[in-house]
Amino acid sequence: MLLQLNQVSLSFAGNSVLDEVAFGVAAGRIQSLIGPNGAGKTSLFNVITGFYRPQRGEITFDGERLVKRKPHSVTRLGIARTFQNVRLFREMSVLENVMAGQHCRSRAGALAAVLRLPSQRAEERRIRETSLECLDFVGLADSQERLATNLAYGHQRRVEIARALATEPKLLLLDEPAAGLNGSEKEALVELIRRIRDERGIAVLLIEHDMSLVMSVSEHISVLDHGSLITEGTPQAVANDPRVIEAYLGQDDEELAL
Amino acid sequence: MANPTPVAPEGRPRGNLAQRLYAAFDSPGRRRALHLVLLAILIVTPWLSSQYVTVILTNALLYVVLCLGLNVVVGYAGLLDLGYAAFFAVGAYTIGILTQQFGFNFWAAIPFALLAAALAGVIIGGPTLRLRSDYLAIVTLGFGEIVRFTARNLEITGGASGLSHIPEPSLFGWYIDSSIDFYYVFAALAVLAYIASQRLFDSRLGRAWLYVRHDEDAAEAMGINRVAVKLAAYVIGAIFGAVGGIFFSVNLGAISPESFSFQQSVLILMAVVLGGMGKIPGVILGAFIVVLGPELLREFDTLRLLIFAVLLLLIMLFRPSGIWPEKRS
Repeated sequence: MLLQLNQVSLSFAGNSVLDEVAFGVAAGRIQSLIGPNGAGKTSLFNVITGFYRPQRGEITFDGERLVKRKPHSVTRLGIARTFQNVRLFREMSVLENVMAGQHCRSRAGALAAVLRLPSQRAEERRIRETSLECLDFVGLADSQERLATNLAYGHQRRVEIARALATEPKLLLLDEPAAGLNGSEKEALVELIRRIRDERGIAVLLIEHDMSLVMSVSEHISVLDHGSLITEGTPQAVANDPRVIEAYLGQDDEELAL
Repeated sequence: MANPTPVAPEGRPRGNLAQRLYAAFDSPGRRRALHLVLLAILIVTPWLSSQYVTVILTNALLYVVLCLGLNVVVGYAGLLDLGYAAFFAVGAYTIGILTQQFGFNFWAAIPFALLAAALAGVIIGGPTLRLRSDYLAIVTLGFGEIVRFTARNLEITGGASGLSHIPEPSLFGWYIDSSIDFYYVFAALAVLAYIASQRLFDSRLGRAWLYVRHDEDAAEAMGINRVAVKLAAYVIGAIFGAVGGIFFSVNLGAISPESFSFQQSVLILMAVVLGGMGKIPGVILGAFIVVLGPELLREFDTLRLLIFAVLLLLIMLFRPSGIWPEKRS
């Protein structure tokens, strides 16, 4: 397993958010994490990426232990993420946004910048080229000069994915990437997720509420309810699992699409 | 797309005359021409003006260095620093002590002064940069006062009367002592500070400051160590301040704790905010306004500071993000 969680528990002020969660993400796999609202999916992302520190449990990624690492250090190891509510640097250009991802793959410091050393200039060129390539990958190279905030919402989501790709990850965590997208944008998203895996060999773990999207893109699904992993397996197996249906039927909102 | 924003940062510059003027200076072709013109003015000015004007302009150029340094901290990294004069003091006192009391050559003492300032930056920044910005402001305020009081109470710093008879530096047997000499020294420093600021802004580190300032969590998620990046801003700001202090001490030949008061910190911060945080030409303009403003109003005598204050208020009222703000904010 590329990413492995063992008995991860998280609570805030005595309220249990995650209860002994254990599951893995295999290298090069497209996997989904589903569950009703408040099941702890985003908290789990925050635990993996170092934003929350679990009280108990082990998380290993590519042979390294993740617990107690700061978010920037987790990213450097090869886990990139997007946010549920798009968090671009709104007042900066699209290309500058994507270039943020290259920060952890470059090293020039203040002195190199002030002296404009040849190595620094070469690195700046490389940052720009890699970022442009990532932007091109999501189909937005034409928008590189625009301010992020002026882009359509669907495009902002793609820029956020490009920015995550620019960190050169082995695993990409997408937090509700289809939220707010229309039908054709969702289809394009499915295609993009497949290309990320097929062309770049990056494993993808996504949180998503759109069940038809989840069923069509995932190779493996893990189901979280009330902070516990209730089941996991192939889309077919999960769709027919009575515990999953119960978890969703227990909800009184519109997430009954399963 | 939604309706176009009135600011229109993309495409052809619009807006009033001032905005168009700024936009013209922002284009790279004209910028080069402007640089040459400004450089020529910088070189020729002392030959055309009185000694009094030269001294005032030298002071303005010192403020350019200090303001560009504080701009890295406040403008780029978004950290409110109310004790910036402390770094200015560390640079000045290190030179004063080493040259006057330990007989160091001025040039040999410079690396120690820079190192001391960088160290001061790490000492104050390391534990405090995790704090939220408003708490940081209070801590830096305290730090500024600590440095001033320490200088005032130690024997080695000359107590309240400070250090005097700091020897003038010489370069290849030529003494830097006249007001014109120092004008050129500070002009060179201001130019270097300008180039360094510009290059830092256009670098990986410069972008990292903007990312962290805009959204710390998103920046962390992109692999940017926010504490390290803020600390870098702090140390770089400290070094700019120390460079100002180093040459300030030999220019005057005497330093005292009162040169590094809270008022001094506020004046530098005011120039940065007034000119436009994060925008280099704006900050330079701010530095000149803060130094030259009271001089130009000298004929109003006792009223001059009042008039100056009202002018500053009016500027902030009509241009709340500074006279020449960063385009994007």
